[in-house]
Amino acid sequence: MEGKVDAVLKRRTDAGMDRVAVGERSAVGWSRSPALPPGVSVKISGLTKEFDMGDRSVVAIDRLDLAVRDGEFLCIVGPSGCGKTTLIRTIAGLETQTNGTIWMKPPANRRPLTAMVFQTDSVFPWMTVEDNVGYGLKMQGVSKSDRDAKVQSLLRVTGLEKFGKSYPHQLSGGMRQRVNVARAFAADPEILLMDEPFGLLDEQNRMILQKELMDIWRESRKTTLFITHSVDEAILLGDRILVMTAHPGRVKEIIDIDIPRPRDLITLRGDARFISLYKQVWALLSEEVLRSRAQETPHS
Amino acid sequence: MNDTNRERQKNPSGLRSQSPREDRPRGDAGAGGGRDAIVIEAPPDKGGGNWGRRAFGRTVAFLSPSLLLVVWELLARWGAIDERLFSRPSLILGTLLPLLRSGELLSHIAVSLQRIVLGFLAGAAPGVILGLSMGLFPPLRAWLMPLVSSTFPIPKLAIMPLILIVFGLGEASKVFTIGIGVFYLVLINSMTGVLSIEPIYLDVAKTFGASKKDFYLTVAIPGSLPMIFAGLKLGMGTALLLIVAAEMSAAQAGVGWMVWRAYDMFDIERMFSALLTLAVLGYLLAILLETIERKVIPWKEK
Repeated sequence: MEGKVDAVLKRRTDAGMDRVAVGERSAVGWSRSPALPPGVSVKISGLTKEFDMGDRSVVAIDRLDLAVRDGEFLCIVGPSGCGKTTLIRTIAGLETQTNGTIWMKPPANRRPLTAMVFQTDSVFPWMTVEDNVGYGLKMQGVSKSDRDAKVQSLLRVTGLEKFGKSYPHQLSGGMRQRVNVARAFAADPEILLMDEPFGLLDEQNRMILQKELMDIWRESRKTTLFITHSVDEAILLGDRILVMTAHPGRVKEIIDIDIPRPRDLITLRGDARFISLYKQVWALLSEEVLRSRAQETPHS
Repeated sequence: MNDTNRERQKNPSGLRSQSPREDRPRGDAGAGGGRDAIVIEAPPDKGGGNWGRRAFGRTVAFLSPSLLLVVWELLARWGAIDERLFSRPSLILGTLLPLLRSGELLSHIAVSLQRIVLGFLAGAAPGVILGLSMGLFPPLRAWLMPLVSSTFPIPKLAIMPLILIVFGLGEASKVFTIGIGVFYLVLINSMTGVLSIEPIYLDVAKTFGASKKDFYLTVAIPGSLPMIFAGLKLGMGTALLLIVAAEMSAAQAGVGWMVWRAYDMFDIERMFSALLTLAVLGYLLAILLETIERKVIPWKEK
């Protein structure tokens, strides 16, 4: 628990914008911070991240402001290298911002603040599927029996119940990514961060996993930040889509997806609302992709 | 025709080493009425498949040393090699079997095996602990790596006199000689094991709130086990190399001592018997380590 609080505080070390709240060590005290308006789960203000590359520094994110609503599924699209991953890695506490503040809704009781699903294969090869899925719970100090119940129910939901005792190398890539998703949900974080989790899967697996993700998500309605490069996927999954600008990353526009759930990609594709949203997102995105291409210089 | 082709294409026993396209006619020009077709057929089934390949491997593993012995025997009998220097397998067997039956060889094996096992443990245990620590803690690595790098290449034989002075003529000097050889290999491999863990696993541990201790126990140590075992296997090989050196001086028993003793007496058959024993011993110890590895690292891909 102590380590958790430290991690939160680290995410808030900044140019002195929020010193008062930083002084409050308990998560409960933190929620009383007036900085977080009702109905908002994550508030980001003036977030800047510079990477020191030795002789020069690269600005990945430039004074980004964002409010993520409580319980929303926010999809993030943007040209490659625009800082999408840096943004959610900073929220996850894997990077420390250069400037700016992130306020996050504190989790109830001992649940973790964030959990992340990575794009690349990040399932521990030395643990069985069960142990992988229960990893976050184990780190929270949840007892073995409580852990088992939760792990088994998630294995059932993700269709992995027969593979609980298997090792990852005995599973296909799609199966391993299921384990990855199940692991994040099992940890039951306040905020779920997903960095192109299906980006490396083939289309069939991707469609199946998208549906499964929606099934699990609908039950918990967890605040989720989901990076994708696919406009289809963003419209299919998201409550809103955040389009980021080309490097350095800022918020270009946020678009509401007012298509009722449950959504199905096959029917969506013929839907007029889907097509107009697709055009709208793609117009914004392609503008930025072209801009990022214009910025490109040959590597020295 | 087409259907049977397709079926045969699916046949998994077609070995990849032979491209089916190369040794087939690419078109049957001028074959009567129908249009020419390019025919792609699967290579004929050579039988056995996986099983056949494994059986072949096993047969060869037995055949190749046997063949060497036969050639050796024949060359010695024909006088192509000097029997006084190189002996021949049948003579060696004539010495080896009585040695084995009288229990003399077994007692030497017991003495050497004890030294090997003690030396191996004495080197491997601190090697793993220090190697892991150096992998995990950069300051420790910075301090100790120059020492390791500079002392590792010193031949263990070159410090034998020093070892004898420090540890005396008893068992301790022999155990130390083997231990020091094993130590470096296990240390370097264990450290590399930690350092070569994919950074993504560190991120995962961090995002799920792993403490330092959790990280060591759930990521660093299991993640470096394959490399640790690579080091242990190398170390075991070195232990067998060093037993002969360790038993060269100030020993009264042991398989290595047998080699030197037989050399002094110019008893070539006895010397080869000891060498052969060492080879078998090394082989069995390697199998033992691999069995342990399979138990400890069940996730390792074959």
